[in-house]
Amino acid sequence: MIYLDNAATSWPKPPSVLKAMKEALERAGGNPGRSGHQLSVAAARLVYGAREEVAEFFGCPDPLRVIFTLNATHAINQAIYGLLKPGDSVVTSALEHNAVMRPLRNLESRGVKITVLKCAADGTLDLKTLAPAVKKGTKLVVLTHASNVSGTILPVVEAAQIAHRAGAKLLVDAAQTAGHLPIDMQTIGIDLLAFTGHKGPLGPTGIGCLLIGDGIKPEEMAPLMYGGTGSQSDKEIQPEFLPDKFESGTPNLAGIAGLRAGLRFLKRKGMNEITALGVRQTQQLIEGLAAIKGVNIQGVKNPLQQVAIVSFTINGKTVSDIGHRLDTEYGILTRVGLHCAPAAHRTLGTFPGGTIRLAPGVFTSGDDIAAALNAIRKVCAR
Amino acid sequence: MSFGVALFHTTAMTMKAEKALAREGFSTTLIPTPRQFSSDCGIALRFSWAHRENVRAALEKAGVEIAAIHEFTGR
Repeated sequence: MIYLDNAATSWPKPPSVLKAMKEALERAGGNPGRSGHQLSVAAARLVYGAREEVAEFFGCPDPLRVIFTLNATHAINQAIYGLLKPGDSVVTSALEHNAVMRPLRNLESRGVKITVLKCAADGTLDLKTLAPAVKKGTKLVVLTHASNVSGTILPVVEAAQIAHRAGAKLLVDAAQTAGHLPIDMQTIGIDLLAFTGHKGPLGPTGIGCLLIGDGIKPEEMAPLMYGGTGSQSDKEIQPEFLPDKFESGTPNLAGIAGLRAGLRFLKRKGMNEITALGVRQTQQLIEGLAAIKGVNIQGVKNPLQQVAIVSFTINGKTVSDIGHRLDTEYGILTRVGLHCAPAAHRTLGTFPGGTIRLAPGVFTSGDDIAAALNAIRKVCAR
Repeated sequence: MSFGVALFHTTAMTMKAEKALAREGFSTTLIPTPRQFSSDCGIALRFSWAHRENVRAALEKAGVEIAAIHEFTGR
């Protein structure tokens, strides 16, 4: 079996991730921050240690500004619903996943003004269209760091400068770049960074993060959820302190332990090496697919301008048929369809038919990719 | 020996305080928050009362906001 669906969730996980999760449940089994006994303290130490490591990994200014969430969708919803009120303006791109589009469209129906920037057919965003769209009074710019369909990387450094010049904040959806590209939110100028633990960071499902930069005051953002935090238990109103304001309910202790172990794995490998591997994989996929008659590759087709995600269609064939045949006849696991991103597919001109998406991961070898390309060649031929 | 107990707004901040004080060489113990000082569910940091001014200074240096410091005669 060759797993090329790492953009949906990474698989397999490093053994150290499984071990860390097992140990967390065995040895740190208390409720972090609720009781005061030794198992509770062990859990609280584990959670705080993970906050420190996440903050360091992504250049977040303070471990207390690391908010643990369920996933990237939860983190994005917290940021969007927490900041935007009726009458506010927000700018986003036509490459976004529904994790961004659906909350924004919902808020649009409640009086938030939304501008969706058109992108080129290769999935690139022209900064010349971004600058005039971000006006005085724009509250938030929401951008995916890289498209989950075409892999195209968006210019977040320049977007941060444009947003900040207009007094707006920048929320970056790093679902497809966290753990694939080095990200330092302070160097880039990201105010809010959302990512999930189960993709590039190699952790389990059910754990993600919203990292809050120095430019956002806790009082500017409303919680998405309210509830018990273990702090200020005499009060029936939500505490204002970070991270408790945005972390109601018992956190996913095993998930946090798994996420931390995943980040440690990446750190040991080195993010530059991980990025270089992605470039090699993308190069191999693009060159291989380009040599197959009838294959149309979507996106920029440049390994330096995209993460290791390559989407394509085949003339005269339905993507679901191809995906099913690759799976059942050759054991090649891909993802076909619209990838929860109708806007991105409209941009690429692949709506509503969708694409076949190949997403290798850190454990995918060059031989795996060669075998997948070979299978695609055979499927195309008949 | 007389103890001091430092209270923080969140468990995460208590953890940050524990690490900051350990780095500065202070000996501390995490204890369940004494009920007489707070109704919080969580934990507080116990230290030697004689070191209270240095503890305060070390936490300020680390950017940790203290909710309260009390003299503590319990164990």
